[in-house]
Amino acid sequence: MGALARIEPLLALALAGLWISPLLFAGWAAFHDPSAAVGFDLSAPWTLDNFRTAWAGAPWPRYFLNTFLLVTTVLIGQFVLCTLAGFAFAQVAFRGKDTIFALVLLQLFILPEVLIVENYRVASALGLLDTILGIGAPYMASAFGIFLMRQAFKSVPKELDEAARIEGCSLLGTLWRVYVPAARPTYLAYALVSVSTHWNNFLWPLIATNSDSTRPLTVGLSIFGAPENGVDIAVISAATGMAIAPLLVAFLVFQRQFVQAFLRAGIK
Amino acid sequence: MSDPAEMMRRRRAVHGWLLLSPALILLATFAFAPSAMTVWTSLFSRGTRRRPSEFVGLETYQRLFDDPAFWTVAWNNLLYAAVTIPVSMALALTMALWANARMPARGFLRTAYFTPTMLPMIAAANLWLFFYTPGFGVLDQLVTGLGFASVNWLGQPETALWAICAVTIWKEAGFFMIFYLAALQTIPPDLEEAASIEGASRLAYTRRVVLPLLAPTTLFIAVNATINSVKLIDHLFILTKGGPSDASKLMLYYIWENAFAFFDAPAAAAATVLVLAALGGLAAFQFRVADRRIHY
Repeated sequence: MGALARIEPLLALALAGLWISPLLFAGWAAFHDPSAAVGFDLSAPWTLDNFRTAWAGAPWPRYFLNTFLLVTTVLIGQFVLCTLAGFAFAQVAFRGKDTIFALVLLQLFILPEVLIVENYRVASALGLLDTILGIGAPYMASAFGIFLMRQAFKSVPKELDEAARIEGCSLLGTLWRVYVPAARPTYLAYALVSVSTHWNNFLWPLIATNSDSTRPLTVGLSIFGAPENGVDIAVISAATGMAIAPLLVAFLVFQRQFVQAFLRAGIK
Repeated sequence: MSDPAEMMRRRRAVHGWLLLSPALILLATFAFAPSAMTVWTSLFSRGTRRRPSEFVGLETYQRLFDDPAFWTVAWNNLLYAAVTIPVSMALALTMALWANARMPARGFLRTAYFTPTMLPMIAAANLWLFFYTPGFGVLDQLVTGLGFASVNWLGQPETALWAICAVTIWKEAGFFMIFYLAALQTIPPDLEEAASIEGASRLAYTRRVVLPLLAPTTLFIAVNATINSVKLIDHLFILTKGGPSDASKLMLYYIWENAFAFFDAPAAAAATVLVLAALGGLAAFQFRVADRRIHY
């Protein structure tokens, strides 16, 4: 007991150090001359040159804008579609509901990532290739989101619903005035999970885009860092740092909310 | 006309379907129709300019099964799953136990463990490139510093897949940790007190009391980790591109390559069907077995 209890905190800290070391190394390298970064010359002077080189090497403002538009489009689509569908599943009784719900849940396993071949054809047939909407569309009717909203709406007290109906609210009016406000924490959680997922998504955006006017950050970063381009590792570190900074800073500031969001989204 | 109750019921049904229709249309367009079309595509030959594609039945599947590369990739993916799932789960549990115990710098521990979750896989790959690159990578400098020969971690078949696994484990362990952490926090502290009064060691308490209570969480994480072992392949694009000689190639990358680099849609479709079948099996397991024990 004694020895184990004494070394445990050290082990925990060592693992934590190991876990953030890739970030720390890259962070350090990003601010140093490439040759110093490679040689781990700890006395080398700090510099912003890598960021200048990286910034000049690719249309980053465009990539940032595209990623921003993408996560916003996906989030709005998901909010609208999952709210309507989740509400139907939670509070409207009709025949066939359970079968449809099971079908929807199946999508948790038919991952959009796996269907890239045919989704490419679908997007192409609909004229959605190389558009932000095209990157976002396969993710909007998310089974996960529908499930999440259904659970949230189910826990709204029936009395509130009835009171609104007596006041003369329509079905959509009740949804908007009673259910949506009551589910606010779930929306926040879903938003955080959705934004971080789509900020980081890569494979489908890679396939669905073919110009810098739609490419999100992840795809831009992969092209920028491709070995064919011969960019050195300090510059890649700087570019990587730029690409992850907004989300990472948001996470470090609102850490509790992020972790709660992932939990709420996962366990429900 | 019919009775009012029947009218009400019909109205509700119309409302229900109207509310569902936008989501159902999109699901049909980007999930159900593509799944069916994948099966369809896999049954036709690859069309060229001179020869249009024609129905070939299961020939493409036969072609896949005759291709040693397919088996290499399938085997790699099984190994990838067999390594990343248990290791990341065990690490997640260890992290959660530590982050939940009375420890110094507990907040720092949680942040450090969880941070990789917030990074795109592409960025994670770039960070790890820094470790793996021969000559000046951190790992190589450590190894040569200790007097061993330089190792090209990503460039040789013996180590490439392991290097890929390490990045995946690093990326997902902290994510799984938070589910364990949440479950741990629901265990009443009296249990630990009772166990220590009974004279049980902490190890025994963890094994006999904590682990069984965490079983539903473990199942939930296991299903997610299995899905991830299909899905998490982005780092291949940066680190190895599946090489050297397919040693680190995983199924989804193989599908991507067939479809978008070799333009062999039927082969990609046939491989996709196999993956969908595997995921369907997982879904059946989840609904049949797991849902009886897990309460969402």
